[in-house]
Amino acid sequence: MSFKITSAVIDPVERKNELAQVTAGACVTFEGWVRNHNDADMDVRGRATPGAVAGGEAVQALEYEAHQAIAEKEGARIVAEALKRFNVTAVHCEHRVGKLAIGDCAVWVGVSAAHRGAAFDACRYVIDETKARVPIWKKEYYASGATGWVNCATKVAD
Amino acid sequence: MIEVTARYFAAFRERAGRDTERVSTNARTAADLYAELARRHGFADSMTRCKVAINDELADWNVGLTNDDEVLFFPPVAGG
Repeated sequence: MSFKITSAVIDPVERKNELAQVTAGACVTFEGWVRNHNDADMDVRGRATPGAVAGGEAVQALEYEAHQAIAEKEGARIVAEALKRFNVTAVHCEHRVGKLAIGDCAVWVGVSAAHRGAAFDACRYVIDETKARVPIWKKEYYASGATGWVNCATKVAD
Repeated sequence: MIEVTARYFAAFRERAGRDTERVSTNARTAADLYAELARRHGFADSMTRCKVAINDELADWNVGLTNDDEVLFFPPVAGG
């Protein structure tokens, strides 16, 4: 339980089963998948910003990099915050590193709780905070052959 | 003048063409050092969108540096 950076395939069924507790009446899970296009015009909560064009540059693969020790420490803080802020029984988050293909599960969050409201809220909190705070970086490999680090203004020198 | 080890990740590493280097500097804070190294290597990200860790702990940009610190520069994160 808690927060894990992994290079292994995430098995959502296996992960979910670990959340089961006799006091839990609700389970909310979130899976972030690798999609086939770039979406630069998204705000921090994953909503399209006004004027955004659906479907940016074609993406063929993603590569995630993390500072594992600091990522797991910051991730564990986020999980602890969720357990404190919301009335939930178990919280777990797992994030892949390495090269992923379209459709792969890049991140998984699961929350169990006595009731659904707290489970939805805690799940949302964990994925939003993870995306904003945990040292994980995403490199996109485009159909054109170019690559780019998401969210970064720094480009590789020519 | 102090000597520290700078470590770069993701876009910073690719831009700098190295993952680590020893730096002799008059920088007093992590922020000063970022400004110096951003000029040297062409890092274009505003410091406020980046993070710094000192000796493997996330740190405030205004924290003072001491000799032999290991300073980790994290470009804007993009998990999920």
